[in-house]
Formats: sequence, structure tokens, C-alpha cells
Amino acid sequence: MQVFPEIISAVETPEVAEETKEALDLPWNVVVHNDPVNLMSYVTMVFQKVFGYPKEKAELHMLEVHRKGRSILWSGVRERAELFVQQLHGYLLLATIERTI
Amino acid sequence: MEVFRNNGVLEISEIDPFLAELLRQIPASTNPESVPAAEQRLFSPPAGPNEKELCAEWKIYVEPELRRLFQTATETVEADLGQLAESEKPFANSALRIPHEHSEAWLSALNQARLAIAAKYDFTEAELCDHYRSPIGSRRDLSLFQVNFYGFLQEFILREMECGNSPAPEK
Repeated sequence: MQVFPEIISAVETPEVAEETKEALDLPWNVVVHNDPVNLMSYVTMVFQKVFGYPKEKAELHMLEVHRKGRSILWSGVRERAELFVQQLHGYLLLATIERTI
Repeated sequence: MEVFRNNGVLEISEIDPFLAELLRQIPASTNPESVPAAEQRLFSPPAGPNEKELCAEWKIYVEPELRRLFQTATETVEADLGQLAESEKPFANSALRIPHEHSEAWLSALNQARLAIAAKYDFTEAELCDHYRSPIGSRRDLSLFQVNFYGFLQEFILREMECGNSPAPEK
């Protein structure tokens, strides 16, 4: 049987509707791509500021970007992922949002 | 040239006229207009080509915000660089004071300039790592030197920001 989320959300509480919407939306990846110009120390600082990661974790992601060409920094709902990508572009990093499936 | 921190202000002293001129060129270098590669790099797409709707919305709603953000940072740096015009002697060394609260604006403007110049000249990773290349050979070499000089300043500002955020050592 096919389920129509729009109809369900009209009769259920808004909280449940939001959860359903987010569940359907999951997951999107925030990906940062390698760039030979941006400094390693700068990229690490940006990861700490945008994602609140401790320096060690930020450095691991920075090294993954440097060595493998890309790193997935975060996964989750689309709106939040878009906001992270916007912040990363504000720091001039090459960042994209990608569907995981 | 000497760089040090003094009471929350980053001081760059003994700047010779050549480096002072490179510093004065920061605001102009951030402008990607007329260089499509630079424009493309500063305003890169937020998603792959399959996400057409997302990319179109980004152009309309987010890109103008980013342009304003970059412009504000450049204007802050331009105002600080006004100090370099105050020297009465044309060939004298000059000094520059960057308040701690302007650090992020400087990082942004230096990054904009470095990315725009690198995109314009299409520097390779090997060229960008060649810190011993003479800046006098050609306009391209001079631009490479400019990118590395701005990178050196970025490194210093980052180190100072990190020191400023670290707790004072216990006695």
C-alpha cells in the first residue's frame, strides 16, 4: 500500500510531520574538495569554526581532503547541510552538498 | 619586514616599498571580474550538475550574500591599508597595524586575492609549493610570489589568532 506523507501530516501533530519529513530527507553529505591554494592551517581552522570540531578531528578531515581529494565532513538533513556548505563557501572552501543514495 | 603582536594588535613593521605595494594590491586582486576562472573559483557551485534546482536557487539567494560578505572583508582591509599611504618619504619603509578584530577580514581578503590570482594564472600545485622561485622573472613569477607572500601573512594571522584564543599559561 502506498503512503502519502502529505495526507498523514495533515492529521498528525506538526512534530511528527516534521520528523517524517526529515526521515524522508535523510541523508545528505557535506563534502569538501581539495584545493591547492587554501592553506592546511586555514582549512583546519575553518572546520573547527563551522562544525565545532576539536583541532585533532579537524586536522584528520583536512588531511583526508589533502590526500584523497575530498572528505565528508557531515551527514544529515538537507537544510542543515546547505547551511554548512554556505558557511564553507563564505570561507572560500570548495564544498558541495551530495545525496548519499 | 618584522611581524609581531602588541596589545591585541598585529604589527607589521619595516615593510619595504615593494612589499608595501603588494599589500596595497590586495583589494584590487580580490576582484574576479573580467577573469571567468577567478569568478568561477570564488563562486563555485554548491552541488554537482545533477542538482540543477539547488544550483539555480543558490545563484539567486546565496551568491549575493557571499558577494556582500567578501566585499565587507575587502573594505575593512582597504581601510587598514590606508596606513601605508601616510608615509611622507616615498622610499621609506612603512608599518601596518591590524587590530585583532580585523583578523577574519584579513584572512578572507588574502584568501580571495590568492584564489583569484591563482585561478587567473592557473598555477599548478608544484608551482605553488616552489617558495624559492625568483619573483623577478616575469609577471607570472611576480604573481606567484604575491600568492605566497599573502599565504605567509595568512599563516601568521592564523598563528596569532590561535595564540589569542589559547588560555594564558599557568604560573
